[in-house]
Amino acid sequence: MHELGIAQAILDRVATEVKHHPGTRPVEVGVLIGEVSGVDREALAFGFDAIVKDTEWERLRLSIEVRSRLHRCPYCTREFSVTHSNTACPDCGNSLTVMLNGDELDITYIEVEDA
Amino acid sequence: MTRVAVQEKVLNENQRLAAELRRQFAEHDVFVLNFISSPGSGKTSLLERTLEALPRDARVAVLTGDIQTDNDARRLARAGFPAKQISTGGTCHLDARMIARALEDWPLADIDVLFIENVGNLVCPSSYDLGEHAKVVVLSVTEGEDKPLKYPSIFSKAELCIINKTDLLPYVSFDLQLARENVGKMHPGIDVVEVSCRTGEGLQNWLQWIERRRQAACEPAMVTP
Repeated sequence: MHELGIAQAILDRVATEVKHHPGTRPVEVGVLIGEVSGVDREALAFGFDAIVKDTEWERLRLSIEVRSRLHRCPYCTREFSVTHSNTACPDCGNSLTVMLNGDELDITYIEVEDA
Repeated sequence: MTRVAVQEKVLNENQRLAAELRRQFAEHDVFVLNFISSPGSGKTSLLERTLEALPRDARVAVLTGDIQTDNDARRLARAGFPAKQISTGGTCHLDARMIARALEDWPLADIDVLFIENVGNLVCPSSYDLGEHAKVVVLSVTEGEDKPLKYPSIFSKAELCIINKTDLLPYVSFDLQLARENVGKMHPGIDVVEVSCRTGEGLQNWLQWIERRRQAACEPAMVTP
């Protein structure tokens, strides 16, 4: 359950950004979490709500986009989404494929409006 | 309404500190491994056996993280190498700041190999870079062979998976072949080493892995035991 610490890190980043935009308040922050990032979407949303409750950030929305796991086969160059933990190439059957996407834990945008 | 594009890692501050640790480790040729597993899979026993097998003059040090108690550091200090406990006081993982703080009074110039034993937890530690050269995940045969499928994050980030407690295989229903397949699915091409800390079987393979990986990372200096 490290989602609370991650929620706090997101909030800290928003606070820093708002300082660069005087006279505005943040309304939404976008994050991207990969399927294998080790971060649970529900737990992050819950943790975020818990730390903004009854604070000046209470109206700040957290928008979470989950990215699925994408692998690439180095032999036939096929790129494919991993489903049911199956990482073997669906075309040539090679099992030594490489992960391209899916371990993200990124802040993608912050929306501000005039206060 | 204005949308500001950010595009940076949520754990940016940890990444920054980890990069600084990595720079210091490189400067002093310190080879660093980060051990991650669920509680009770045998990280501390593995480290005990590893330290016992090393030459007395090897310049090895251990940091061990737990939520409470310094039991593990006391166990590991018996082998005669410096060992320090990081008590996280409730936090379920180690982060780069905790490592930097623990190393403040340890001159890196005196250390060739640093083992970091993370808090027993297969989820959260996988998100935090500690500046290590490689993550090592430990799985024991008293756990389910589907653990790699349940915890894809750590198994896809670790360079080596150690399957521990192999002496118990005759007594449990653990399917070793299936476990290896599942580990390979989560991380195609990952190294897998089977060991028993109780009988010592497989430990030599593990020690050889450390030395190979260390040579790839740093100047070769430590004598293979």
